[in-house]
Amino acid sequence: MVDFEVVSLPETDHPTVGEIAPDFTRPLVNEEYWEDASLSSIVADGPTLLVFHPMDGAFPTTYIWKEIDERGFAADVQVVGVSISSPYEHKELLKERAADARLFSDPTAEVAAAYDVEHDLDGMAGVTEHRPAVFLLDEERTIQYAWVAGEWPEFPAYDEIAAAIDDHV
Amino acid sequence: MSDSDPHITLYRLQACPFCERVVRVLDELDLPYRSRFVEPMHADRNVVKRVSGKRSVPAIVDENTGVKMSESANIVEYLTKTYGDGGVA
Repeated sequence: MVDFEVVSLPETDHPTVGEIAPDFTRPLVNEEYWEDASLSSIVADGPTLLVFHPMDGAFPTTYIWKEIDERGFAADVQVVGVSISSPYEHKELLKERAADARLFSDPTAEVAAAYDVEHDLDGMAGVTEHRPAVFLLDEERTIQYAWVAGEWPEFPAYDEIAAAIDDHV
Repeated sequence: MSDSDPHITLYRLQACPFCERVVRVLDELDLPYRSRFVEPMHADRNVVKRVSGKRSVPAIVDENTGVKMSESANIVEYLTKTYGDGGVA
């Protein structure tokens, strides 16, 4: 632990357990190509872990995917990420990690606004990205588990996510 | 995809003029299609090779007819013959 106060992020009114996660359509990137896809069309195929993360290349993004890979969540649920990064950057990320995951590209962070997980970056004028946040969704997009970062940086509660997957999937 | 699932899938490269040529014809014929974007690097286009036999774009897959083809001139000719005035489909 550090001996100074970590930056707190503002209160958020993000969707929570029992609510329907907002639907959206964005380019969805896999290891081979990208195409427009809606969240609803993805979750229709099975329980889905929706992971909002900072732009590709930032160390929290690397840490988050490293941990998700090590825990093997993709073996039990569909794993989809969302960041402001372009499809080209997502393709690079998928070469390194995020095994079996697919990544939505949301450069305008409008999806972040819909989930109230926007993060206006200090020192990067005009750049708003997604704060780390994780939602476990069932086939109807009902939220089974929700976690949203309250500090910058803060990392997902991986043990809670694993328990939520065990409970609901 | 929930949006009425188009029968035609176009494999394309961003800003590729041959791909845009095919898009123009698809639009003229009012044909719904799904766009799948691939990378500039030829070597990274295995998906295109799998569906069309070659790594070049544009390539289309038409589930309506079972046709899979590449080369924009061929695709334009196919689309026009199949879906244009007096076309077979």
